[in-house]
Amino acid sequence: MAPDVTTADPADDVKVPAPAGRGRSPFGRFLRWDVLVGVLLVLVFIGGSAGSPGFASIDNLSFALGDLGEIALIALAMTMLVVAAEVDLSVASVLGLSSALVGALWDAGWAIETIIPLVIVVGAVCGLVNGLLVTRLGLPSLAVTIGTLALYRGLAYVVLGDRAIAEFPQQYADLAVGDVPGTPIPYPVMLFVVLAAVTGVVLHATGFGRSLFAIGAQEEAALFAGIRVKRIKLILFVLSGTVAAFAGVVYTLRYGSARADNGVGLELAVIAAVLLGGVDFDGGKGTLGGVIAGVLLIGLLRNLLMLNDVSTEIQSIVTGLLLIISVITPRLVAAAGQRRRSPSPTSSSTPPES
Amino acid sequence: MFTFPRRLASTAALVSMVTLGLAACGGTTKDSAAQSTGAPASAAAPASANPNAPLKEGLKIAFLPKQINNPYETIVDKAGIEAAKEFKGEAKEVGPSDASASSQVSYINTLIQQQQDAILIAANDANAVCGPLKQAMSKGVKIVSYDSDAAKDCRNLFINQADSEDIGRSQVKMLADMIGNKGEIAILSATANATNQNAWIGFMKDELTKPEYKDMKLVKVAYGDDDDQKSFQETQGLLQAYPDLKGIISPTTVGISAAARYISGSKYKGKITLTGLGTPNQMREFVKDGTVQQFALWNPKDLGYLAGYAAAAIASGQITGAEGEKFTAGKLGEYTVGKDGEVILGKPFVFKADNIDEFDF
Repeated sequence: MAPDVTTADPADDVKVPAPAGRGRSPFGRFLRWDVLVGVLLVLVFIGGSAGSPGFASIDNLSFALGDLGEIALIALAMTMLVVAAEVDLSVASVLGLSSALVGALWDAGWAIETIIPLVIVVGAVCGLVNGLLVTRLGLPSLAVTIGTLALYRGLAYVVLGDRAIAEFPQQYADLAVGDVPGTPIPYPVMLFVVLAAVTGVVLHATGFGRSLFAIGAQEEAALFAGIRVKRIKLILFVLSGTVAAFAGVVYTLRYGSARADNGVGLELAVIAAVLLGGVDFDGGKGTLGGVIAGVLLIGLLRNLLMLNDVSTEIQSIVTGLLLIISVITPRLVAAAGQRRRSPSPTSSSTPPES
Repeated sequence: MFTFPRRLASTAALVSMVTLGLAACGGTTKDSAAQSTGAPASAAAPASANPNAPLKEGLKIAFLPKQINNPYETIVDKAGIEAAKEFKGEAKEVGPSDASASSQVSYINTLIQQQQDAILIAANDANAVCGPLKQAMSKGVKIVSYDSDAAKDCRNLFINQADSEDIGRSQVKMLADMIGNKGEIAILSATANATNQNAWIGFMKDELTKPEYKDMKLVKVAYGDDDDQKSFQETQGLLQAYPDLKGIISPTTVGISAAARYISGSKYKGKITLTGLGTPNQMREFVKDGTVQQFALWNPKDLGYLAGYAAAAIASGQITGAEGEKFTAGKLGEYTVGKDGEVILGKPFVFKADNIDEFDF
């Protein structure tokens, strides 16, 4: 249970210049959604260990964590984007394109040491295209990245077609599959812990991180406060593409199979984890700790359901319901908090609550 | 604002220089990796088989199809679960809802944790499932692939539907019986470079050189590219170009149903004999309206049943997966393990008006 809620600074979103009316009652402190997700995660873990033989085994947890590797990595960048009120739906397609490129170049006899940095640069360019379309043309990121979702996946098929390339060098495959010597922690998870710590510090303890919350909460205000909104957003999109491409390399080596259709639909898992972790889809609110708890909750819950032979259909119903509850509950709590503080005519008119 | 793109450009330039530098230094390529791979250690020391060992009772086996709720795979797996009841095992079917390359992987992990005795898998991607399957084998779980093979060193046995030679030769025999070994025939294939199609067509041509077919002449191999409309048009073209055509073999499920649809609505109905490889649901109406008398495919029920027994035989130690070992698969009788751990189900199964309604896939 290495990465946990601890990376979050629990008091942090108090600093956020939140729009008026978001719940700040004494209750709110304890009813914070991301803390609830953390508690839920612990409950799933305890319940699973007690009720399902094999769940708490080192092998199983190590596998379950490794299986979450790519989702967790991409979720780091996605958290920052969503906090800044943007989204990148093209991440899974960038992952697929990166996987296809790794396969095609490897098949053509290139050195893996050349392929990996090159593919990551391609991912950064994919992110740059998204970012430029959003910031220069002022298009909504949801629309732009739905477009590039199709575009990048299409390119992946152009690159590799329906072929599957296998047999990557053992030492690199070991890096994607193996555990850090002497521990049950897979290498990608170790890497994630490091990157998560960095992201946590950047998001919750730096001016850059604070400006993301400011942009997400009130873009106009952030702009007037001197925050270079467009530039920051561009950086976030480039980061998102880069991380997705890197996740594509990990994915390819982990499964030992490069394919254009790798990771289809993965963007939904990432966004589900981000929302479940308590990040507001409208931006300006959320913690990285919550997101990490969200990733782990979805992953371990799914593992637990599978161990108990719960069918795929029921698994998706459970995750879907959890997600809907996670989006609704904080709003209900906030609304309840607002009602408790006798609503003054000014405060009820200001919040642009949907 | 203008400084940023420039800085970005210089970063990109730097990265590409590093990339080129690395490329110049060489590194791990496909060729060098292939050289450095030493003798692969076999997953487990080959245990000795005991052909007289009884099938163990209470064996836990799990079917992991390409995709759950796929009608064809449901039939296969149900038959396997039925087989498990006969040898008093516990069998189940689990699997992903999409047939993507990696979706089966987490299921393999959970099946290992559940301590199944054998996993039966129809692999979506021969290599993507390989790592976890090897892990399962190292923990003593027997792996049997069926319908769609996993990489050879990641499974103990592969239950193959039918072999290419049987398919090719039996298609010619089937058509010859229906047209009395006489007349012009054509083949409507899928794509020109489909490996399995070409292997079958090779055996068909070889079969036609036998003396009993001296009055049969193959006039053309047409390609419908596994596209319904193109196959339909190719059929039309064949019938116009060769007015004396007596029969068509279409060894592809897309081709045969498109050809049947054209023939059933044309003046050629009843004059031309069509056969090939198809599925009962696609072909039912054409068998019922008399356009097609018979066509072939393997029997999916037998495939699942055989896979179930094969898993039990290997998990009970009757066989180890080595060539030449024999085991009994219930009512289907005795089977022999072939080269590379392959067990072939048998001759293709022929569907006709009197048995087609027993199948739904």
